[in-house]
Amino acid sequence: MAENALLQAVKVSKAYDGVQALIDADLTLKAGEVQALVGENGAGKSTLIKIITGAVQQDEGELFFNGEPVVNNSPALSKSLGIAAIYQQPALFPELTVAENIALGREAGNIFGLINWNNRRRTASELLGRVGAKIDPETLVSELSMPQQQLVEIARALGADAKILIFDEPTASLSEEDTQNLFRVVRELRSAGVGIVYISHRLEELPQIADRVTVLRDGRTIETREMDVVSSEELIRLMVGRDLSAVFPKRPVALGDVVFELKELGSRSAGIHNINLAIREGEIVGVAGLIGAGRTELARTIFGLAEPDRGEILLRGRPIRIGHPQEAIEYGIAYLPEDRRRHGVVLDFPISSNITLASLKKLSGFAGMDFGREREVAEEYTRRLGVKTPTIYNAVSTLSGGNQQKVALSRWLMTKPSVLILDEPTQGIDVGAKAEIHDLMMEIAEKGVAILMISSELPEILGMSDRIAVMCGGTIATILNRADATQDKILSIALGHLTDNNKG
Amino acid sequence: MRFSRYKREISAAIAFALLLMIVAVVAPSFFNGGNIRDLVINNAPALILAIGMTLVILVGQIDISIGSQFAVCSVAAGVLAKTGMPLPLLLTGVLLIGSLMGALNGALIGQLRLPSIIVTLAMLVLWRDGLRWITEGAWVQDLPGNFQWFGLSQQLGELVIVGVAALLFAVFAWSLRNLVIGRKLYAVGSDTEAARLAGIDTPKVVFGVFVVMGALTGVAAFLNAIRFSSIPGNTGVGLELKAIAAVVVGGAAISGGRATLVGTLVGVALLGTIGTALTFLGINPFWEKAIQGAIILVALVSDAALDRLGKNGKLDRAGARAA
Repeated sequence: MAENALLQAVKVSKAYDGVQALIDADLTLKAGEVQALVGENGAGKSTLIKIITGAVQQDEGELFFNGEPVVNNSPALSKSLGIAAIYQQPALFPELTVAENIALGREAGNIFGLINWNNRRRTASELLGRVGAKIDPETLVSELSMPQQQLVEIARALGADAKILIFDEPTASLSEEDTQNLFRVVRELRSAGVGIVYISHRLEELPQIADRVTVLRDGRTIETREMDVVSSEELIRLMVGRDLSAVFPKRPVALGDVVFELKELGSRSAGIHNINLAIREGEIVGVAGLIGAGRTELARTIFGLAEPDRGEILLRGRPIRIGHPQEAIEYGIAYLPEDRRRHGVVLDFPISSNITLASLKKLSGFAGMDFGREREVAEEYTRRLGVKTPTIYNAVSTLSGGNQQKVALSRWLMTKPSVLILDEPTQGIDVGAKAEIHDLMMEIAEKGVAILMISSELPEILGMSDRIAVMCGGTIATILNRADATQDKILSIALGHLTDNNKG
Repeated sequence: MRFSRYKREISAAIAFALLLMIVAVVAPSFFNGGNIRDLVINNAPALILAIGMTLVILVGQIDISIGSQFAVCSVAAGVLAKTGMPLPLLLTGVLLIGSLMGALNGALIGQLRLPSIIVTLAMLVLWRDGLRWITEGAWVQDLPGNFQWFGLSQQLGELVIVGVAALLFAVFAWSLRNLVIGRKLYAVGSDTEAARLAGIDTPKVVFGVFVVMGALTGVAAFLNAIRFSSIPGNTGVGLELKAIAAVVVGGAAISGGRATLVGTLVGVALLGTIGTALTFLGINPFWEKAIQGAIILVALVSDAALDRLGKNGKLDRAGARAA
């Protein structure tokens, strides 16, 4: 192993529910260096960080700190080793003062547990001074701006004698000035011998701050390079450069009229603006973009979960107003939400009731609900979609992820939608079920349903979409035709590198 | 399968059966006609309140203001009766008052999404002390003759009370199982956000449940008021706890999503009988409340134990399927 490595991860693997998030990943961090970690959504960056900070434990592989193996890592252990992580959203206690936050969890007090307030204030001021923050230690954290809170977090980490600092997208919502200030702090920490892991989607800022860069892709570490010999273009190629390993069941569908159109749609509360998009019958429009680009927010706005304040939504050319999901459903719009386990299905409900939940009106008669009809419908859909279950009365919580998703999809097919919005339809489900869902999507499209598919998986986007709307910063940056789209192009646009020259 | 689904209701029923058996052996005189009749009549209003509370708890909310609402409705019934208002109009008026108080709760909790425990705590105090301020603690007395027992004989009047309670129970139990709205209540209670994403107007559902709770409180208050010749201003104190306890003992999950009215019926029967049973068993009735508290605790603990058991069972089944 490397001589002067502060932290080393060797052939680390981790799977969640059978989905491999990290495979034989390696990382070597030296003291006094800034190492950037880049990769697409789902490439395994977060998992690697979680293993280093002890939030999860690796299935295989080893972790070394100063050459010593780290066994049974836990948040407490990694903290005692001096490993701290700073996230995009500061994790401080808003109703405590800055000094209290900095002192939290490491101040022992005297033998009676009494706190020395003067001491606490002095330490806080000193640490804040080190990160160049002009903040009164007695201020409540809730009164600070986000960049200030970030500095407080760094100060807290320094107070805990951090030897390794991990920054996870620290500049995602910082202004240029705050970013430069953060970089200055990071450089000072580096010269003080702290090892820094720096995760960012902003490739253009990496040359300013990083010494080396490690690229993750599909859970594997692809390469580690010196920052000054690698270009942004090269990094992007390394991030996406894979073969389309899965075969997608894409078939040509005769497109019909425009069913659904968004004109300059915007919503301040959802953080999206100036969305223009038209979808035709039988068309699958993929929505690509990084986390935080506004993809789910767009879906929620269409479905009546967030209030639009600009522009309009047209259904078959007629402007409609959607104030509530119920209205969206009545207009024939269906939304399969992102977080299936949480809200896509009612886990305690049987399969049958889950399938009929959005179409209860159809089952309502004079003598109460038509349970016979409910059984027929549920059996029909479970058969058609291939839900693997002994009976339709089993609770959905007993099903596998893929089968749960099929139940969720059945629910929306039963509403006979003309527009179907799928948010990460195959996230976290196994390969077999994934292919089945893709097959179903084609069948649905062939029936003339317009499909809007949000996905963080570029192969899925490229494999299934007729057109691809790439979102960046709360709006659609570019719409690519299937033939013109490549992973590099999509990622470049999503990262905000290139715009407009492909609009069409 | 069926058994495991209703295991909580069945446990409560077994506890009730055990109580009756002990009483049958130790004090068989408990089972004389007059005593049973008194028990049924006394608990009829409580059952009506517990029906409403079942719905409230089912959607994951709570209503601790019903004791005070009950007092407002009772006094209003008496006051209106003294104006010589005909019975149907009188009943409508009381129902309306109850519904309005429920609607106020429902609007604050459903539409404004305020926590039900705090909203109804405020209402508990507001209605109780508002009423005390208005009546200055005085009882409503000299009720007209056609008010008590609806102007019928006591026997017929009692029959009407029990009949109304039984009818309401049947209607609500049937509706909860067979109507779309019943399914919606279970969905909202199981996972409010999932229900919303499935197009259910969750604020409206919660609002409706509180209105029904208020209306049922009005009915219960009315049926209770006609049994006596006067109405005390402080009537109904602690009724909310009685109703909540009955629902919980009947197997409902206080977190919502799980409750049956059959369970609630058993809960009302068990908690409503225990006081009288103690007297017959020669135990000081001062123990009644303590024992009721113990029963609630036992219900909660056994519920948690059953849950854990159920989870293991699920694992076993999954294992069997894989094999």
